[in-house]
Amino acid sequence: MAEQKIDLKNLKAGGFIKERGKDLFTVRLRVPGGRLSVDRLSKIAEVAQKYGKGFVHLSVRQSIELININFNDFDAVVAELGEEQQKVASCGARVRVPTACGGCEYNPNGLVDTQKSALEVDQKLFGTATGHHKFKVCFAGCPFDCPKSAINDVGFQGAVWPKLDADGCISCGLCAKSCTEGALSMGADKKPVFDADKCIYCGDCIKVCPTGAWSAEKKGYTVRIGGKWGRRPLVGTLYATFVPEERVVDFIAVVLAWYQEKAEGAGRVRLGDIIIREGWQSLLERLRGDFPEYVVRETIAPQIIQTQLPLTGRQA
Amino acid sequence: MQSIDLRGVSCPTNFVMAKLELEDIEAGTTVEFLLDDGEPVKNVPRSLKDEGHKLLGLQEREGYYVLTLEKGED
Repeated sequence: MAEQKIDLKNLKAGGFIKERGKDLFTVRLRVPGGRLSVDRLSKIAEVAQKYGKGFVHLSVRQSIELININFNDFDAVVAELGEEQQKVASCGARVRVPTACGGCEYNPNGLVDTQKSALEVDQKLFGTATGHHKFKVCFAGCPFDCPKSAINDVGFQGAVWPKLDADGCISCGLCAKSCTEGALSMGADKKPVFDADKCIYCGDCIKVCPTGAWSAEKKGYTVRIGGKWGRRPLVGTLYATFVPEERVVDFIAVVLAWYQEKAEGAGRVRLGDIIIREGWQSLLERLRGDFPEYVVRETIAPQIIQTQLPLTGRQA
Repeated sequence: MQSIDLRGVSCPTNFVMAKLELEDIEAGTTVEFLLDDGEPVKNVPRSLKDEGHKLLGLQEREGYYVLTLEKGED
């Protein structure tokens, strides 16, 4: 082997992506949850100016990518970014950097601390080799679902289950008016009537209640599994509700282990396609072992999105 | 012919290792690389071609591939 000119350990988790030009790479940076300090941002700008093309690219998964980095500069780029604790991200068949919305500290819609979850997953699972294909995780703070949880391999969405203190209710009707799902109506006794079958756990009733009569009985994440975008998109389907924030990493680890095992020998194939092949029951039962109180009774297969390609019966 | 075994090395480390090896080899020399099936055999030959090397052949062996190329000009 030739004399080692660059530290190959830097390449281990991926994140260095070959460009068209000779010797040139895109360097994808690790920005869990899409949040970074201004100091880190300044350092990234400095490194991009010194070694890059003069611009950066914001990836659709909340990374900053340095463009036109010469491979001879890998070590210097990694070292200089490291001065502000900025690390390189991943690519390939690995657990990717989790994405997340702004979270709950300042976003009035937030139900759970998505930023905290994203950081925890990044710290504990980032770069884990799947053996098969990429593995994407995201955290949405509420059912608005800005991060698009259903098109991730495992997508989490903040959820609350409301409970009413009828004595504290002043019969203003704001909760029923605010419930766009039609899960709340005002009864003959001028108290809200809750139709649990229509509730999507958004917590709007709790937020709007002027007296605090509505509160959260339980809180956590709704989990959809098996989604992806790309050539053959799939929408992930519901596997669990109200998974506590502190059990997120364990939950993903079970899904990952099932995927690694069931896709053995299948090559480069995403989780959703393995679920279709194996049947959703298999993964649901595996999860039931560790999360009996949270997994749903049954689910459906990942939903295929018809993209209309290929066009059949005629030339493009 | 020099043979460089990149089996068990994941992307993009395998490509970078190939580049480093090629830096010490004279232009016009024929070299072979042993590559795993899957992403490595899809990515590494394409990337080496982009770098200006001439791909001469790709043969499947038992569970892996042998890529033969002629080193291009620096």
